Amino acid sequence: MALSRKPAGHFAGDVNVDAEGLVGTQSKGPVSKLHVPEASSRPGQTADFSNLDIPPAGITPKPEIDANALDIQSLAYGLVRVLDDDGKALGDWDPQLNADQLRQGLRHMMHVRAYDDRMFRMQRQGKLSFYMKCTGEEAIAVAQGMALEHGDMLFPTYRQQGLLFVRGRPVLDMMCQCLSNSKDNLKGRQLPVLYGWKDDNFFSISGNLATQFSQAVGWGMASAYKGEDHLASAWVGDGSTAEADVYHALLFASTYRAPVILNVVNNQWAISTPQSFASAGTTFAARGLGFNLPSIRVDGNDFLAVYAATKWAADRARAGHGATFIELFTYRSEGHSTSDNPDGYRAKNEAQAWPLGDPIERLKQHLIQMGEWSDEQHDALTEELKQSILQTWKEAVTYGTLEEGPHWPVSTMFEDVYKEMPAHLRKQRQKMGV
Amino acid sequence: MAKMTMIQAINSALDCTMERDSNVMVMGEDVGYFGGVFRCTEGLYQKYGAHRALDTPIAEGGIIAAAIGMGVNGLRPVVEIQFADYIYPGFDQIVSELARLRHRSGGEFFSPVTVRAPCGGGIRGGQTHSQSPEGIFTHVCGLKTVMPSNPYDAKGLLISAIEDDDPVIFFEPKRIYNGPFYGHDVQANVATTWSAHPAGEVPEGHYKIPLGKAATVREGSDITILTYGTMVHVAEAAINISGIDAELIDLRTLLPLDLETITASVQKTGRCVIIHEATRTSGFGAELVAEVQEECFWHLKAPIERVTGWDTPYPHAYEWEYFPEHDRIIEAMQRTLEAD
Repeated sequence: MALSRKPAGHFAGDVNVDAEGLVGTQSKGPVSKLHVPEASSRPGQTADFSNLDIPPAGITPKPEIDANALDIQSLAYGLVRVLDDDGKALGDWDPQLNADQLRQGLRHMMHVRAYDDRMFRMQRQGKLSFYMKCTGEEAIAVAQGMALEHGDMLFPTYRQQGLLFVRGRPVLDMMCQCLSNSKDNLKGRQLPVLYGWKDDNFFSISGNLATQFSQAVGWGMASAYKGEDHLASAWVGDGSTAEADVYHALLFASTYRAPVILNVVNNQWAISTPQSFASAGTTFAARGLGFNLPSIRVDGNDFLAVYAATKWAADRARAGHGATFIELFTYRSEGHSTSDNPDGYRAKNEAQAWPLGDPIERLKQHLIQMGEWSDEQHDALTEELKQSILQTWKEAVTYGTLEEGPHWPVSTMFEDVYKEMPAHLRKQRQKMGV
Repeated sequence: MAKMTMIQAINSALDCTMERDSNVMVMGEDVGYFGGVFRCTEGLYQKYGAHRALDTPIAEGGIIAAAIGMGVNGLRPVVEIQFADYIYPGFDQIVSELARLRHRSGGEFFSPVTVRAPCGGGIRGGQTHSQSPEGIFTHVCGLKTVMPSNPYDAKGLLISAIEDDDPVIFFEPKRIYNGPFYGHDVQANVATTWSAHPAGEVPEGHYKIPLGKAATVREGSDITILTYGTMVHVAEAAINISGIDAELIDLRTLLPLDLETITASVQKTGRCVIIHEATRTSGFGAELVAEVQEECFWHLKAPIERVTGWDTPYPHAYEWEYFPEHDRIIEAMQRTLEAD
């Protein structure tokens, strides 16, 4: 996994290509051989990420927001990191958040994790049909959500639930969506976790991967068309970058200089497929350079780095400099979904071997190091959130469950296909006797 | 009123809606500065600016996706896909996203996109400039599918489509952009330019033709002909040549379908012939056969006939063997009349 060939701390000499990766073209007999990428580990192996090139925190310079993409190429190959191994915030990218903001971020991340844990267990107990956790990736949605403004439109995948916590979505409403019960704002039509929330600009999640990435660009284009200073932020996973919609998004964002932030959450795995199948042996961020988009690779488990890069991109978009492409380098600590067993395709200890640690632990360490947090406070908050999630779950099921109801009346299935119900749907509804 | 071709009528519909609502904009390949390869967007760039008559990269999937996002953010994008044959790269965005957004979001989100696409054959267009893919879209719940057959309808229906809050797929039969077409080998005693055709008289201002309403082009008592697009005129010529007293219905909107007009006619005539350019198997004609059979079974005096394109890709050299010409239509009408 040669994911970083360039020093993280330089802009100068960015256009020089490191020849090391380009040699080896001498003929040695047969020339054509199908190359099939390998995984970081497979069951039975010992996970080892020691070959990952992780630059130290604080060494990456922070460019001006009007920087040209090709003048800051090293950002696409490096890794913006603020928090060092001791929890100290270092370098130009430190967003200088105050202790209250940091504690708020920590609380949101812990809240997401408590929610995920409860919902995962409820699925295992047969109370939910399906669930997807974001364990290990909490800093991304939470820090990015906090760095954006309320009028900015979010186009998430199914693994950015942290955005909802930042925007204040009641946990009760999220649970009711997952239960498809009588209080589900999506009226029982969507799989669990495919949330949507118009009032707070959280776009409807689709099961079709990457479709929202290029839609977000259109949303941003409309904002610019109307002369508003809102931006759109979209997310896609490492695997889904292979979809054509991502290519469209990058091109349209660049062509029209749309006020958008295009994020790739590189959590190393697309169900059972390693990121190497989509990354083509380089970084995902590097892909943005071909579109002349400023492209930044960020330590996705570093709350401060994620916040800073997002804020930089948002400031840039709002100032009319156009789109930014961000790769958030992280690790999917758990299975893809409740329908997945990662022990079938990767080593059991891979998550423990991941060198960028856990986002919650790292921010906790930072706050403690600042003297603004303690283990006792942390444990108390963990317990408080666990209890509040449990209480909310008890309330949520009083509005119904998938198997036992109550749900929305079945007649509502025919509504919202169109704004007004056409005759053929009225007829089908009548035929059903509802 | 003014004399307009279908191209001018479409252009006028776009101009009228853009003038009334600054959220209406057109986008697509070559639609801006150049005014479109068929001239449908001519002059809009000069009148409304580059951002409202927006040239795009050649990426149908990207164009539809961007339009969806714009629609969510309050605009009313009118997308042009240069040929209906090239709509497929945008198919996932249309089917999985545009059509379902309102339903899957519990009614919270919608995107009022209109997708215009020149369709149909009869122009030596070969495989990828002649297709009629309407049946693929009528199968998608959440979409409305429209195909006009003349300038007057084209303008009124397009304005309705643009102002509709539901997504509309608007197919424009390019064979009749510049004048009605009665069939390759038909010397019918009829107008061959829109200026000589009554439906070439088009109001210059704003007017609407409701979506979901068919038009009875010719009243008759012997057979009901159900068709749309270019085939309305080919069928009309076939009726004139044959002397059969057929009732000719132009569906105009395929989904939602005007079942009332259809069933009233078939219940009166007891016979039905369905005509479309698109291939036969699982084409929209099959849906029409099924609906007529269910609604009019006890009135039917003969099996319902379908005259369609063959189940082959659209050929270049064999254009007029492929295209449903008047002889095939007359034969089908005669078989239907002789059935009892």
